[in-house]
Formats: sequence, C-alpha cells, structure tokens
Amino acid sequence: MNIKIVEKSFDPWGEIQSFQNSSPEMRGKYGATSIFVGTMRDFNDGDEVKGMMLEHYSGMTEKKLADIITAAMQKWSIIDVLVVHRIGDVFPDDAIVLVAVWSSHRGDAFDTSRYIMEALKSTVPFWKKELLVSNNERWVDKNTDGYKV
Amino acid sequence: MSIKVRYFASLKESFGRSEEELVFTKTMSVADIWKQVSKDKDIADNILAAVNMDYVQFDYLVKDADEVAFFPPVTGG
Repeated sequence: MNIKIVEKSFDPWGEIQSFQNSSPEMRGKYGATSIFVGTMRDFNDGDEVKGMMLEHYSGMTEKKLADIITAAMQKWSIIDVLVVHRIGDVFPDDAIVLVAVWSSHRGDAFDTSRYIMEALKSTVPFWKKELLVSNNERWVDKNTDGYKV
Repeated sequence: MSIKVRYFASLKESFGRSEEELVFTKTMSVADIWKQVSKDKDIADNILAAVNMDYVQFDYLVKDADEVAFFPPVTGG
C-alpha cells in the first residue's frame, strides 16, 4: 500500500500512472483498477465557495488510513492500493483525494474502493474549513452519508 | 503522570490553543481530562477523543506519557 498526504495540488492520473510504472511486479496480474477521485466543488450547502483549508492530525491520519487499507486487504482479494489526500489550501477543481485499487477482478476493486472511501470520510482525521465567496469562513460540520441517495 | 493534550479544527479555535501538557497524580479518564481542560464544559455529543492516535471512549483511563486528542467530526475526502 502507498499512502501520501500532500500539501501541493496533485494530478491523480499522473499518480496512478507513476504508481503503475513503479510496480512492475503488478504487470499482468491485475484485471481491474478502480479509481475514485474527490474534487473540490465551488458550492456547498447553498453557498458559493472559493477556497478551503484542509487540516489533519499528522500521524493519526496515516495510521487510520493504513488500518483501513489493511482491513480491506483482509476482506477482499487486492493486489495493491494507493491513497493520496491533500492538506493545506485547496481551490475549486483541485483534486482532494485519490483512492486507486488494483485487483484481479472488478468486484474486489469496486468494493474495496468504496469501503476505503467511506471509512476515510467517517474516521480519518481531516477537517475542512471553507472560505465562501462572501468572504465568510466556516468549518464543515460533518460529511454526508455516502450511501444515502 | 504527565500527558500531552491536543486539539484540532474548530475545537482548537474555541480553546484558543493547539496543545498543552497536563501533570496529575491520580488516575484520570479521558472524560476527567476533558473536564479539566474545558473548565467543566459538558462534552458535546459530536466530540471525538483519541489516545495515542486511536479512537477511545470517554471512560478510557489515561496512562503516563499518553497523547490525548479532542476534535470535532472528521470531514476529509
């Protein structure tokens, strides 16, 4: 597994390519790659948002992500996982999070990707503070339930 | 016994500090720690606690050199 917490904007597609290029042992083994990219919106809760500051609990963040990925790898048949998450100042259209999962078959890749993402959203210590177009600032109270329609 | 207490996000702002050291002699739970650092404020339902970077319940008993953290619901991703 590879977990990266990054302070500068990142290219999720470049990260995936780079991870695959640096993992020659995976070649020919994976038949499925499931990719989730979370991107910053310019609106939230009826307001226009122009920026966001992402804080985290360094150390616990990486520990919780490793725990989540380890649990997923015990549950599903996975070849490897890459998680990249932004901290610091983020702007609309910036990638916030990448979860990429490689497995032999699609079911394991899809299920693991969803599991990691939902666990990340509900348990990994990151916090978002939004800067609105009105110049007001506010902490995001809580994440939405990903399974609710 | 000496521990470090850390605060994050909106809690850090409302406490006006990000961390502090506490020294005490009797056995303390995380709830006791909260009472001390918050000056007896009730624990809001949504406040989370971690000890040494693992989530704990508020009745967890703290040991010497532990790192206790309090923070609001997480909002990453």
